[in-house]
Amino acid sequence: MSEFAFIGRKVPKIDAFDKVTGRAVYGHDMVLPGMLYGKILRSAHAHAKIASIDVRPAFEVPGVKAVITAQDVKTGNVGFLQDNPILKGGRVRSFRDEVAAVAAVSEDAAAEACSRIAVRYEPLPAVFDPFEAMAPGAPLLHDSAPGNVIGFKYDFREGDPDAALASSAFTAEGTFRTHYVTHCCMETCFALAAIGRAGSLNFYSSTQIPYLMQNTLSRVTGIPASRIRIRQPVIGGAFGSKLDVYPYEIIAILLAQRTGRPVRITYTREEEFACTPTRQPMIIKMAAGCDREGRLTARKAEVVLDNGAYTSWGITTPHIMLTGISSLYRVPNVSFKAYSVYTNNAFATAFRGYGNPQGTFASEQLMDELAEKAGIDKVEFRLRNANEPGSVTPQNFRITTCGFKECLAKAAERIGFGRPKAENEGVGISGMFHVGGGGRVYKSDGCGVIAKLDDFGRLSIMTGATEIGTGSDTAMAMIAAETMGMPMDAVSVINDDTDVGPWDVGIHASRTTFIAGNAVLAACEDVKDQIREFAAPMLGSDARNLVFRDWKVCDVLDPSKSMEIPRVARAVHFKEKGRMIVGRAFYDPPNEFQGKDLRGNVSSTYAFAAHAVRVKVDPATGKIRVLKFVAVHDVGKVINPLGLEGQLHGAIAQGLGYAISEQLVFDRGRLLNDGFTDYKMLLARDMPGEIELHFVETGDPEGPYGAKGVSEAGLIPIPAAVANAVADALGIRFRTLPMCPEKVRAAVLERDGAARPGAD
Amino acid sequence: MIPIRIAVNGDVYEREVPPGTTLLDFLRDGLGLTGTNAGCRAGDCGACTVLLDGKSVNSCIVLACECDGSEVLTIEGLSRGGALHPLQQAFMDEGAVQCGFCTPGMIMRCAEFLARNPDPTPAEARAAIEGNICRCTGYENIVRAVIAAAGAMKGRAKA
Repeated sequence: MSEFAFIGRKVPKIDAFDKVTGRAVYGHDMVLPGMLYGKILRSAHAHAKIASIDVRPAFEVPGVKAVITAQDVKTGNVGFLQDNPILKGGRVRSFRDEVAAVAAVSEDAAAEACSRIAVRYEPLPAVFDPFEAMAPGAPLLHDSAPGNVIGFKYDFREGDPDAALASSAFTAEGTFRTHYVTHCCMETCFALAAIGRAGSLNFYSSTQIPYLMQNTLSRVTGIPASRIRIRQPVIGGAFGSKLDVYPYEIIAILLAQRTGRPVRITYTREEEFACTPTRQPMIIKMAAGCDREGRLTARKAEVVLDNGAYTSWGITTPHIMLTGISSLYRVPNVSFKAYSVYTNNAFATAFRGYGNPQGTFASEQLMDELAEKAGIDKVEFRLRNANEPGSVTPQNFRITTCGFKECLAKAAERIGFGRPKAENEGVGISGMFHVGGGGRVYKSDGCGVIAKLDDFGRLSIMTGATEIGTGSDTAMAMIAAETMGMPMDAVSVINDDTDVGPWDVGIHASRTTFIAGNAVLAACEDVKDQIREFAAPMLGSDARNLVFRDWKVCDVLDPSKSMEIPRVARAVHFKEKGRMIVGRAFYDPPNEFQGKDLRGNVSSTYAFAAHAVRVKVDPATGKIRVLKFVAVHDVGKVINPLGLEGQLHGAIAQGLGYAISEQLVFDRGRLLNDGFTDYKMLLARDMPGEIELHFVETGDPEGPYGAKGVSEAGLIPIPAAVANAVADALGIRFRTLPMCPEKVRAAVLERDGAARPGAD
Repeated sequence: MIPIRIAVNGDVYEREVPPGTTLLDFLRDGLGLTGTNAGCRAGDCGACTVLLDGKSVNSCIVLACECDGSEVLTIEGLSRGGALHPLQQAFMDEGAVQCGFCTPGMIMRCAEFLARNPDPTPAEARAAIEGNICRCTGYENIVRAVIAAAGAMKGRAKA
């Protein structure tokens, strides 16, 4: 029997009841008295001067309350480099650029008004390829970036990779290209702004970063951050897309200020596809070498990022990409250079895995190629190089718990690596390294929790750690119930209001169960200490002997001495000089901010995994069918098997979509497929015929009950594992994503065409 | 404006609607039944699925005026007498819910499916939800929930 009442058991999500009954209130459902609807007019060109804008026709539409252009507003810019103006004035640089905005009494009126705004453009030459953008004479996007190359660059070096590669017994290299995909949250973006007393702002948002958002909204709009309150309805998916602040959110505020009425902007699905940022596309040139015994000698990567017209988190994804390259295996010599180039394309933001799926797509294919050249089994080759507990990697990551070898062995065994296979069938494996104990990308990686015990023994966990659908609030409730020895239904999690919850850096880096879980744990220990202090004299016990179970505080030495928690709470509250029991904690993990040298222990522990797939390719259609999928993860400790399975199943669907079907198709900067019919996400029938999940519990000493983060980890190895399986099936290596049917078919034709003359 | 008489979750409404109003907007804006979600407004994703005279439809591509004289069942009307529908219980118990935005439409689609096929195989359940997109769950626990709900409904029918 498990030593735990909740940890490790299947616990339904605490928000599931509202969601299965239709009672959950999403942003789309929010209507405030007097609320107006905002719409945005976007650029008709990839690159153009705006010669003139005539907004007068828009006002002829009944119900229009405000129309704004860049002329009417004074704001700062948004974006990582603050290069993205809220409304574009003299010039547009991509089709998604915001040119004007309308507030009206209905969505239809606002849309009609937008369509009547007359904008005269003078088209400019545009550029849609980063290498063309760097060529002499290319159109310049921003004065700050000569040659369109952005000054924010990555340069990491350990040892001498060039010399090591030159003297390696075997080397492999290639240029890998990854494409545009998008998050496809089922709920499209929304923002609802309401101006209150003394110009204060109530902002309803599905953001992943409510507290950083306060800073940004303040900087951009001039409203003091102390007067900005962010509130959060139920969030219909995020996956990284809501990690930044975007112009539409500021526009909702500007329209609310202008009209004096609440304004809600809700994207259509077409806008969601065409106007939200993407996963960062990359061109990765990578080389790797090993010695005769199959020990890695060096890795070298040069990465060019198509930055698009503006800069969001995409430019920072090499940070995490490098971690997998430097630290999954023992590599003595590493060099990594990455830079971003402005183009008139879409810009990119955070997306589950944060650059790591792209890097792993390259590095894990080269692992297979090196193993083949060295004549070593691909699993054995990985095992020989796999990192182990106690290692310190070139980036100074301190590997504490690490179950990578167990993951590799289990995945290989369960997929049947090395067993005979049918024609056009193949197996592939890939490892994965990711942050698992937070990620210090800001001056604090912390999370605050207030735990309030009421007169009925109910515990309210108030925190800034938002729930975006992953089940992190259920994990927090489980940790609280377990630690307090109380029932789950006596715990509530309130994480939807910056006026209530203490600060949290944001929902990213797979950090919430780990970081917020630790904060909950510490706040509950504080509650327990307070209960012990009050209960000890009442029970005539030594406070040190008091333990918590069955919603009671009990003397471990004398079972007859016990008191129900609700009774303790009331006894402490309703007496002379009464008090209330409120626990609090702020957990900031023991990890390090990296300097320019990209060294420093960025996470307080690391997640490891191996995925293995068995695919069957139909050479006639080019379609890849995944027959079996095995995912083995070092998760530290399973907190909620239901939530964990769900995270991995979802990651498998997204990762396979990234690998074989999903793709935003652009024609000179204009999106051609802005709907679900043409953007090929996996449907229920497309999922693998069989999925096996296995967990290695390494019991991380820093994790809450030993747990590590997992939510991004489940996606990262998938494109590489599928590419390796396809290479096994067809003898064709795909270095460009996605491996969609038309590309696979074309490659099969090329292979057979090339082979035929030789056979004649 | 077109007069319609429509029964939604057992309550009869007599309203006048503009000819272009979708059933989805009628439910959400006209009746305040926001459990039915708008995912694409193009009939692609199934988030807005409701039962129209017992048949599942994407309410975003059905006009309200076409529903004159019809009975509509939405997620809000699925549980009767305070007891959850076995599908609702199974979606909770089997971890078939994450962000939850697709959940009401998914459950309504499955309710129709189980009414027609009370003893489905997992493959049949998978085929039944092909028109409903979920970005969070990878569908696995949804299929499991449908099978569990079918079992629970059979058990209940026997008892």
